[in-house]
Amino acid sequence: MELLAHMLRTGLSTITDVLPIATIIFGFQLLVLREKIPNLKSVLVGFVYVLAGLTLFLVGLEEALFPLGKVMAQQLTEPAFISKAAHISGQALQWSDYTWVYLFAAAIGFSTTIAEPALIAVAIKASQVSGGTISVWGLRVSVAIGVAVGIALGTFRIITGTPLHYYIIAGYIIVLIQTVFAPRMIIALAYDSGGVTTSTVTVPLVAALGVGLASTIPGRSPLLDGFGLIAFASLFPIMSVIGYAQLGEWWFRRQQRVKSQDNKDSNR
Amino acid sequence: MEQIRQLLDSILSSVRDLLPIVLVVTFFQLVVIQQPFPDLSRMITGGLLVVLGLALFVRGLQQALFPLGECIANAFARKGNLFWLLVFAFALGFGTTIAEPALTAVAGEAARIAAADGHIEDMPGALASYALGLRITVAVAVGFAILTGVYRIVKGWPIQYLIIGGYIGVVIMTAFAPPEIIGIAYDSGGVTTSTVTVPLVTALGIGLAESIRGRTTLIDGFGLIAFASLTPIIFVMAYGMII
Repeated sequence: MELLAHMLRTGLSTITDVLPIATIIFGFQLLVLREKIPNLKSVLVGFVYVLAGLTLFLVGLEEALFPLGKVMAQQLTEPAFISKAAHISGQALQWSDYTWVYLFAAAIGFSTTIAEPALIAVAIKASQVSGGTISVWGLRVSVAIGVAVGIALGTFRIITGTPLHYYIIAGYIIVLIQTVFAPRMIIALAYDSGGVTTSTVTVPLVAALGVGLASTIPGRSPLLDGFGLIAFASLFPIMSVIGYAQLGEWWFRRQQRVKSQDNKDSNR
Repeated sequence: MEQIRQLLDSILSSVRDLLPIVLVVTFFQLVVIQQPFPDLSRMITGGLLVVLGLALFVRGLQQALFPLGECIANAFARKGNLFWLLVFAFALGFGTTIAEPALTAVAGEAARIAAADGHIEDMPGALASYALGLRITVAVAVGFAILTGVYRIVKGWPIQYLIIGGYIGVVIMTAFAPPEIIGIAYDSGGVTTSTVTVPLVTALGIGLAESIRGRTTLIDGFGLIAFASLTPIIFVMAYGMII
């Protein structure tokens, strides 16, 4: 019964979320473009799928994953747990005592990114448009690795208390250098993957982790230091996706070189 | 028969998508924290809902959001009316952002930070107007982003100059913006792009790149989301400097 009420509430908020989009699209379609939408019935049915799918997805996450994930983030960041795991007592904690926090940050960043529906959408499109050169899983895994590294580094920043903008500016400089050397076709997609990583699944858990950490470490304010993890999660995938393309290109060249070598050898 | 197989296929791939989360959570709960799962039946129900929901969403994506975005892009390209295309781009960005729940949450939090800092008065009215101002700022930023991104596709400008120029702007503004707004500004870039907007906007960009002669889909079609995550950072820092 409670579950049903939850579903209704979430369904309603999903509809309010989609309503402005639908109004704008159908408004322009009717007033400006004045064209019929092909397969209107199938599109409308698809819209219902999107609404129902998102609702069930969110309700399920809120029932199962979010409460547990938030409790876990709290427990892992508790000073008592960290001292016990690092086998020290009575001493002040060093940044190197937080191994499980870094591992949890990376693992949760990776796994929630794999499940992120918006990223699935972009990966499907990228694979269609590139004729399969960019594979759906290749893109998703490289984005997820980027998010994992980003969030782990973000927790390190909260623990050590270094200013956020040093990291972000250094990250931008790396992206800039990578852009110069990257294959042109990947650039736009790589920049895009920074933005899609952080939505429905990742943000609530990562925010809980950031706030949990910032509130247990002396001298950090959850309001000021809890922010910023999302920024890491949107910066690092740009690097990892460009890296993925560069690796792919390198691999392709190597294959070709090996092939031409083989041809020469067999001609001999 | 065919339909049942398709449904099973998409449910199976949803299971695969969610498997990493299940593994990570189980490992940390049982091995690291060493505690049993609280309320296991509720977790299983929730898990089933997530799987079913993701399968339905991906189905609807291919059936509604992708074709719709492409169809609009084609129609605009055929009409050749740049003005209305740009109006549409701005409206789409603004409209989808202003109602975004994640943004509302961040804006409320930001108002509390500003009040705790003595930047604005700690009164409900002042808080609400600060939060609303922030939401409008971000929505205008995203509208502007989609507009710029669409204009770029039409003109065929290389994306890296615009984005890197934007980053340089971010770096310069970081030096002058009040410290308490910086974290919020950086994060607001990440919360703007919702699960429904992303597929639609992506399909719009690719549709435009496909229907305008001389554009390559992979090089020119992507990049709208990148603008939408960049401009809010700049606009929010500007908001923090002005208020």
